[in-house]
Amino acid sequence: MAKSITVDSLDIYYGDFLAVEGVTMTIKARSVTAFIGPSGCGKSTFLRSLNRMHEVIPGARVEGKVMVDGQSLYDAAVDPVAVRRQIGMVFQRPNPFPTMSIYDNVLAGNRLNAKKMKRAEADDIVERSLKGANLWNEVKDRLNKPGMGLSGGQQQRLCIARAIAVEPQVLLMDEPCSALDPISTSAIEDLIHELKTEYTIVIVTHNMQQAARVSDETGFFNLKAAGQPGHLVEFNSTQKMFANPDNESTEAYISGRFG
Amino acid sequence: MSVTTAPVRPSAESVSFTAARLPRFAPALVGVVAAAAAGLPVLLLGWGVVAWAIVAGLVFLVALPLWARVVEGSRGATDRLVTGLVWAACIVAIVPLVSLLYTVVDRGLPRISSTFLTYSMYRTSLDQEVGIYHALIGTLLITLFAALISVPIGVMAAIYLIEYGKGKRLARWITFLVDVMTGIPSIVAGLFAFALFILLFGPSTRVGIGGSVALSLLMIPIVVRSTEEMLRLVPSELREAAYALGVPKWRTIVKVVLPTALGGIVTGVTLSIARVVGETAPLLLIAGLTTRTNFNVFDGRMTTLPVLIYTQNANPGIAETAGGIRPGIEIAWGGALVLIVIVMVLNLAARIIGKIFAPKTGH
Ligand SMILES: Nc1ncnc2c1ncn2[C@@H]1O[C@H](COP(=O)(O)OP(=O)(O)OP(=O)(O)O)[C@@H](O)[C@H]1O
Ligand SMILES: [Mg+2]
Repeated sequence: MAKSITVDSLDIYYGDFLAVEGVTMTIKARSVTAFIGPSGCGKSTFLRSLNRMHEVIPGARVEGKVMVDGQSLYDAAVDPVAVRRQIGMVFQRPNPFPTMSIYDNVLAGNRLNAKKMKRAEADDIVERSLKGANLWNEVKDRLNKPGMGLSGGQQQRLCIARAIAVEPQVLLMDEPCSALDPISTSAIEDLIHELKTEYTIVIVTHNMQQAARVSDETGFFNLKAAGQPGHLVEFNSTQKMFANPDNESTEAYISGRFG
Repeated sequence: MSVTTAPVRPSAESVSFTAARLPRFAPALVGVVAAAAAGLPVLLLGWGVVAWAIVAGLVFLVALPLWARVVEGSRGATDRLVTGLVWAACIVAIVPLVSLLYTVVDRGLPRISSTFLTYSMYRTSLDQEVGIYHALIGTLLITLFAALISVPIGVMAAIYLIEYGKGKRLARWITFLVDVMTGIPSIVAGLFAFALFILLFGPSTRVGIGGSVALSLLMIPIVVRSTEEMLRLVPSELREAAYALGVPKWRTIVKVVLPTALGGIVTGVTLSIARVVGETAPLLLIAGLTTRTNFNVFDGRMTTLPVLIYTQNANPGIAETAGGIRPGIEIAWGGALVLIVIVMVLNLAARIIGKIFAPKTGH
């Protein structure tokens, strides 16, 4: 069962530094939502606040509300570990576990949580996840080799496989394709299309075409000025965003007239 | 670099990447000449080998850069001079070490035999053979127990400092105290253990475990420091990757952070053992002295190699032949060699273990 996410005037801080200010939006269940915006405007920061990964950084905190299916994520009674089991994440930079083989990396979510499973079941999860991330053919003969021995793009696909292996309700992807070639990118985009029938997907991308291709709705983040916190400028259906956005600066950004 | 300065610079087509260089054998040649040149005054003045080496080195350090300056220009000369200085520093650092090793092997090796390694000093008549077996066992057991005490405490303290205590007052205090502990003189650690065991078990207590406690006081700060460094090197991305999979913090530490840092931690622990295995003063106080082999660290005195070396050297006994080497001195040299071998084996083990546990890359 996929979940929708409602964000209400969310402020995100690193210590005293206000990185993102006043974000309000609703991310629909079983759809793909894309975030675009210039570098440093707080896309990653906002994405990380959706599964309580933000608070992992010392001093980092948020103010405001994030509701997932009616539950407030930042309630005192909420266990961040339980949140992250439901809301998975793929990071901007690939981070496979260096002590683990490719096989173990894919199973890390299960193994690290000491989930017992049969060998056949484990093999099945590994094959399905790697196929989903378009990596199976490249690594099927060396599943027991270290995950760090893969190329950067392969490592990123391994991380995607690892994230989908635990079948989260929501999948947050931070520029998952920035290190990938066009073929792998289109495989990931196909995967996103497939996953969308069951999961809620949020993706950050610098690639406008990608946002236009894969997403149903798009949010545009921007900085008011240098040194100011980032904020959500416009949030609309992707079609509208790319055809005639409400906001001038959105149009300027999408058409490439400013950075 | 602009085009207008072209007349003074060679045009793009004729740029040459070659420059005059000294022949490859130049340092060797200058070295031989310097050695010969230095030999003359040294012979005339009747100085020793050390003076000769120093004079030859200085001649070399002046001659080679001068030659390089003529042929290669000033950058070549500076390069030769600094290279020479770095080499000189390296040699100065290594010479005492090599000399020490040579002396110990030279004096100690003749004494090493199977009896020496398997007999204790305990004997019922004067013509019986003696050996260092009791001290060997004492060293190994006391150090083993010291490691059993220090490794869990040290590693867990480091985990607290890096994973939980960031910026907390308690963590700052622990760091400060660990720093202070690093500087504790070993005799003070020995006195502490001595006082502790006397308070607990009455006067004139001498037990091996007391030595282990004293050594662990010296080991813990080293283990904490090295483990801390290793944990700090584990990228936070890995921790985040585990958190994002819904893995609790303690499991992330146990299953991701520690395995990633394991090679370095094991190396650090091994080096800390190597550091304390040669401690004498604290063991002299609390572990006492005995000529018998004692396998029980919780009961009775235990001799260790450094203590044996110290006491044999202090009371070497009487030489069999007049003017011969006294037996205690021989035993001390043999014991020193065994101790150095133990430390070297530990160092080698640290390297090998570090290699084995290092995260694997490559295909
Ligand atoms: N760990 C951190 N500590 C302090 N400030 C941070 C930290 N991470 C990010 N920031 C700041 O927060 C702001 C938003 O950064 P963020 O990484 O979210 O940008 P982004 O939109 O993802 O950029 P990019 O497109 O380059 O990935 C930036 O000003 C950045 O300097
Ligand atoms: Mg980012």
